[in-house]
Amino acid sequence: MQELIQQLINGLSLGSIYALIALGYTMVYGIIQLINFAHGDVYMVGAYVGYFCMARAHLGFFTSLVIAMLVCTVLGVVIERVAYKPLRNSTRIAVLITAIGVSLLLEYGMMFFVGPEVRAYPPMPGFMEASYNIGGVIIRAQQLLIIGISLILMIGLQYIVRRTKVGKAMRAVSQDADAARLMGINVDNTISLTFALGSALAGAAGVLVGVYYNSIDPLMGILPGLKAFVAAVLGGIGLIPGALIGGYVIGAVETLVAGYGFSMYKDAVVFAILIAVLMVKPTGLLGKNVREKV
Amino acid sequence: MTEILSVKQLTRNFGGLAAVSNVSMHLTQGELVGLIGPNGAGKTTVFNLLSGIYPPSSGTITFTRGEKVRELGGRKPHSICRAGVGRTFQNIRLFKDLTVLDNVSIALQPNEPNSLLASFLHLPSHQSAEVRIREQSLELLDIVHLRDKAGELARNLSYGEQRHLEIARALATRPTLLLLDEPAAGMNPAETSGLTDLIAWVRKEFDLTVLLIEHDMSLVMRICERIYVLDHGIVIASGTPTEVQANPKVIEAYLGEEVD
Amino acid sequence: MSNRYARIGVQVVLLALVYGIVWALINAGVIDDYIQATMATICINIILAVSLNLITGFTGQFSLGHAGFMAIGAYTTALVTMEYPTTWGFLGGVFLGAILAAIVGFLIGLPTLRLRGDYLAIATLGMAEIIRILLLNFDFTNGAAGLSGIPSFVGWTWLFVFTVGTIVLISNFLHSSHGRASISIREDEIAAESVGINATRAKTLAFTVGAFFGAIAGGLYASYFYFIKPDLFGFLKSIDILVIVVLGGLGSLTGSIIAAILLALLQTFLQPFPELRMIIYSLALVMIMIFRPQGLMGSRELNLASLTRLTRRGRAAEGAS
Repeated sequence: MQELIQQLINGLSLGSIYALIALGYTMVYGIIQLINFAHGDVYMVGAYVGYFCMARAHLGFFTSLVIAMLVCTVLGVVIERVAYKPLRNSTRIAVLITAIGVSLLLEYGMMFFVGPEVRAYPPMPGFMEASYNIGGVIIRAQQLLIIGISLILMIGLQYIVRRTKVGKAMRAVSQDADAARLMGINVDNTISLTFALGSALAGAAGVLVGVYYNSIDPLMGILPGLKAFVAAVLGGIGLIPGALIGGYVIGAVETLVAGYGFSMYKDAVVFAILIAVLMVKPTGLLGKNVREKV
Repeated sequence: MTEILSVKQLTRNFGGLAAVSNVSMHLTQGELVGLIGPNGAGKTTVFNLLSGIYPPSSGTITFTRGEKVRELGGRKPHSICRAGVGRTFQNIRLFKDLTVLDNVSIALQPNEPNSLLASFLHLPSHQSAEVRIREQSLELLDIVHLRDKAGELARNLSYGEQRHLEIARALATRPTLLLLDEPAAGMNPAETSGLTDLIAWVRKEFDLTVLLIEHDMSLVMRICERIYVLDHGIVIASGTPTEVQANPKVIEAYLGEEVD
Repeated sequence: MSNRYARIGVQVVLLALVYGIVWALINAGVIDDYIQATMATICINIILAVSLNLITGFTGQFSLGHAGFMAIGAYTTALVTMEYPTTWGFLGGVFLGAILAAIVGFLIGLPTLRLRGDYLAIATLGMAEIIRILLLNFDFTNGAAGLSGIPSFVGWTWLFVFTVGTIVLISNFLHSSHGRASISIREDEIAAESVGINATRAKTLAFTVGAFFGAIAGGLYASYFYFIKPDLFGFLKSIDILVIVVLGGLGSLTGSIIAAILLALLQTFLQPFPELRMIIYSLALVMIMIFRPQGLMGSRELNLASLTRLTRRGRAAEGAS
């Protein structure tokens, strides 16, 4: 029981990170129906920005986190404007290939500039190294920080999407871009904003993952990116609460499988669950079935 | 007179909304029956239920072909098609980037099954099946006056021609019951009159029973022997064209409630 | 009919010429080992792209897991030839791998092909990842280190036979009622069902056939390059194959062939600049999609008939001016 709770707490912090990345996937998918394969690499860039801020510029953790988020925001918007916008009227597969191209460009561009080697994340400030033993379950301050920051960011996102005018515009565009345009909404700006928000969250996730795993490399975005996407699909792609649920489920499953000694199979289990869910409920846990009009 | 289609208490709900409720219809061999009603009355939904695109929420659809009596409710569209029910679509659904000939050939080929091996190796049995499919397709295109356009892409046909091609494609499935969903929509009077003749001719030639959704009342009144009127998913009237025309419920459904 | 046999005759003669000339050049030492390896890559990629094109380009089912089938073919061929190092062992391994992959494709395809578009893509991606992770963890596949010292039986002859064979068989399939059924599903699945096409059956068939040939490519790879490991068949490999298909044009077999050759040449030219290679490749990918999203060929085919039509049109244009 103790062991289980311990694993669930570990899963919660990993799941928070997946949820942060999954939000970006889901928001972009919701608005332009694109699997943004470059999203995982935006998060990798976030991790590197955080690394350089802390290790080279000796900035504080929170300052570095904010800078990483800002850089990723700009990166996300630039990617959208340069690579995806010209393809707004192309087939989806063409946009998907473009996204893959951007993803490779970020990975190998980063490798070109900083080298392919794995780097250890700089040591964290003292308060983050503390850990608390509550009835045999060990909770590290780091984990609390990851969970806390993720929650704050998600609440912020939920506020923007639900309570502000731009959030309303985002929801309108994801429902029907043409109708939204006729209502005077600037669709292009709204799409850029969606990328900006998603990328900011990915930037934060990058720094947090650096803290969590204590190592970063230019290809680190591929697998967590895929799994975050799986999380988004699992919860119901296009739905913000779906991304959260999916993220936490994947995080919990992964730590549980690893915790009981099947660490090598943890990714396989994640994908097997995905396939099983898709077969039973193709639109994900929270998704509604959409009927094609005949 | 043998009954070919018997629909009983057919209901379909979408969410909490009944698009079609308790619809019962009977078609006898060789009849040409119209299904009319105002927009949103549920006519196309009835077709989608009959052709298996949606499963019915409740009710039965019994289809008789020769000796075989089959329940169609809950079957997949391809199985209903092979049972002998062909259809066209209101919002034309051709294979737009394929040739006119291929559009018909695809519908014909379930009747010319060929082994995988023959297909991979283009064995003689494949060759002869291809020749037969091609000849039969061209004959069908002849009927709808599209033989000389066999090599063109379906998307390049005019609107009226596309509707004709849909009919040829439906005929290629060798149906005994043909469901036509607004075949004259978007046609000018001359085209409509040509279409009317075509429908009458194929019905006789292929020994078909026809169920037709149409908004063009002149066409409906001219060729239909019986009419069902649908409103809000319910059959509100049925009978001969003259009976239906005189039915106050029908007038009300079309014109809205009269103001006192 | 005689027309058909004449066309086949011309094709056979042309193919025999290509085979003979390359064979002579290899024996004369003009084509060295390095060029041969590039040719092997091209042939293997052609088989992969043509078989994926059947699934994605012609049947319209978006698959991101083709490398999984390649892996099954590669490991089966490797294990069988290591046990029976003869040509028959090699051929047996290749076909056993292909049949295994076809069975896996069928079992995976039957339930997942109900999914549409992106959902199917993710399910196939998941399938390929599971295959890779299993290979990584099984004892008999030697885990992450992979299998090395696989006896090599693949030379120009087998590459040529398998590549041409795959193209001919898949092209024949596409020009049959089964192939037309597949294409009709890409065009409009509901309409296809309504004219009597069993969509589930047709999709599963295309997926199974694609898996079969994808595994053959894997078998050739294992035997030619005598070393395989699970990471060679990861997500990136599936993407590589998809890129060839999209670049050549979804629904164009000749497009896939041309794109496989062009991409291999591009990679060869970029070989001296390893650190810039992937950057240029990815930039090229983005540029091509922005400026020619339908791929090089669109859905058209390049063949003798269209070539003569082109030259005729050219001449007619000259005559008119």
